[in-house]
Amino acid sequence: MHIIVCLKQVPDARQVRLDPETHTLIRQGVESIINPYDLYALEAGLRIRDERGGKVTVLTMGPPQAEDSLREAISYGADEAALLSDRAFAGADTWATSFTLARGVEKLAPFDLILCGKQAVDGDTAQVGPGLAERLGLPYATWVRKIEAVEEDRIRVQRLMDDGYDRLEITLPALLTVVKEINEPRVPSLKGKMRAKTQKIPLYGAADLGADAGQVGLSGSYTQVMRVFAPVRRREREMLQGPVEKQVHDLWVNLKNRQLIPFDVAGSR
Amino acid sequence: MSATLLIDTDLCSGCESCVSVCPFSALSMADGKPLVNDQCTLCGACAEICPEGAIRVPEAAPAAGPDPAYRGVMIFAEQRLGRVAEVAFELLHKGRELADTLGVTLTAALLGRELDGPARELLRYGADRVYTVDDPRLEGFTDEAYGEALTQIIRSVKPEILLAGATPIGRSFIPKTATQVGTGLTADCTELEIDAEKRLLLQTRPAFGGNIMATITCPQRRPQMATVRPKVLKKGAPSDSPAGEIVPFNLDWSGISGKTRLLEIVEELSEKVRLAEADVIVAGGRGLQEAKHFSLIRELAELLGGAVGASRGAVDSGWIPYAHQVGQTGKTVAPKLYVAIGVSGAVQHLVGMQSAETIVAINSDPQAPIFDVATYGIVGDLFEVVPEMIRQLKAAGG
Repeated sequence: MHIIVCLKQVPDARQVRLDPETHTLIRQGVESIINPYDLYALEAGLRIRDERGGKVTVLTMGPPQAEDSLREAISYGADEAALLSDRAFAGADTWATSFTLARGVEKLAPFDLILCGKQAVDGDTAQVGPGLAERLGLPYATWVRKIEAVEEDRIRVQRLMDDGYDRLEITLPALLTVVKEINEPRVPSLKGKMRAKTQKIPLYGAADLGADAGQVGLSGSYTQVMRVFAPVRRREREMLQGPVEKQVHDLWVNLKNRQLIPFDVAGSR
Repeated sequence: MSATLLIDTDLCSGCESCVSVCPFSALSMADGKPLVNDQCTLCGACAEICPEGAIRVPEAAPAAGPDPAYRGVMIFAEQRLGRVAEVAFELLHKGRELADTLGVTLTAALLGRELDGPARELLRYGADRVYTVDDPRLEGFTDEAYGEALTQIIRSVKPEILLAGATPIGRSFIPKTATQVGTGLTADCTELEIDAEKRLLLQTRPAFGGNIMATITCPQRRPQMATVRPKVLKKGAPSDSPAGEIVPFNLDWSGISGKTRLLEIVEELSEKVRLAEADVIVAGGRGLQEAKHFSLIRELAELLGGAVGASRGAVDSGWIPYAHQVGQTGKTVAPKLYVAIGVSGAVQHLVGMQSAETIVAINSDPQAPIFDVATYGIVGDLFEVVPEMIRQLKAAGG
């Protein structure tokens, strides 16, 4: 079975802090990591391969440095990798990204299953997985929390919903996006780390993918970022003062005035 | 032809704001001027921060312009098991406003079974026309059938704007429809406005876990599609004598392969916390120190008639099930009152609750970031403060 896992290299959100003055991101010294959700997708792929045989190929689109995330994925146990990188890919929205990834997947065909994390933690759109599936004409399921069974021509999964879950059967080849409940990712192996250093990773640019400049990156994007700004912290904050009893009392009076609580605590002191 | 950031080195004062604000470490200083490397994604954070206006993001080359045959605002009205999702009414209210600004009609697309009741409800909440596809194959949700159905409706009705809720269903199949139709899509919007002159939908959404807001447009393609977070927009008042009409839509099933089969819908009642719809939420964090101290949170929540929330830290510690988690990897909530107790306020938590109307923060650390978003803050030991809160409420007859 050939499983393709799509990864994205993202800034480590755990290290991201807000500048208290400007409320903008302080990004100096923040490392790039594999999008956390993609690690669950990778683990899901590795488990299917370990059980059924075959290979796992990791695929990413990004700047040249994104190769690091592919090597890291190899250290976890991925068999092969491919990097889609070109200046022309910069500024891609989810439309242009799914187009480019689809062209990359076609380079890696044939395949049985594509796995993605449910979304990337920088953009949070969750659109590239479904978009990629549609580009390739594949059936798909999102928010997969469990893979119940994998057969030669079909897969049974559980999809996490707000009020429970749905059980689905999907004909292969197919695409799944996974949530973190699906598994507990392994740690990189020593053998994997060794292989990660030497493995050859093919690089595909726009020309290799047969893509025109107008189909990729900013020029190939249908959405445009008109403005980027720091969110307004609109709140007038009031820090309550005095002994605990008074602070709590003042709080309830304020909430009562805002009609947020039905009780009259004014006389409770 | 590849797009690069446009830097006017004559205007640049060398302040380095752009270097520190860049989310991708794509800028460095060389001879006192910024230099851009391959990491740049043209996100525009530098252009926004630059005090001299020395940085510009190149605009994509304008193409032919949008198809003028597309007119009107359509919302996708989600229903599950015959119940219309609240977000559909919120979208109708906003959709009405957008449609009135543009001088066009407001329609809704409704998929499922036995849709008469739900369709009438949508009319009461302001839809001029409701397109229904009543079919047993749409009773449960599959991306394939839903995606294809909405695509066919869009191609036939040709709305210039399509809005859907950013729910597990909307976020799943709307990207398929947008790809099929061949248009742009903006996820998880929190604000929508119209640029009346250009007939453009201005779609504002958080990115980077809520640290950056971005306003997105889709100038060339129609419809302009967006998913919108539940509970962010207001719901309107229903009308007793709606004037709109219900129009059954004939779906062509020939292109629907049935490669995705829904076997079973499993409701997990134990996880039904209804957090997303609660008006009051009392949330506990790591400051509670132990699982048993969540009883304080539960008692206060009960007195206030609210639901119990939790930070990721508390959930990861195993003190409370994941269904209660608020934040980027949990639920997004927007109650009238959010009481955060012993929650430090990591970015990933703030994203999930900062649109609450009133936020009360109780924490022993005056530097805790939760106070940045708080309306009222109490710095103190929660084991003193919370019992006092409960005592005063009880004394007041709560």
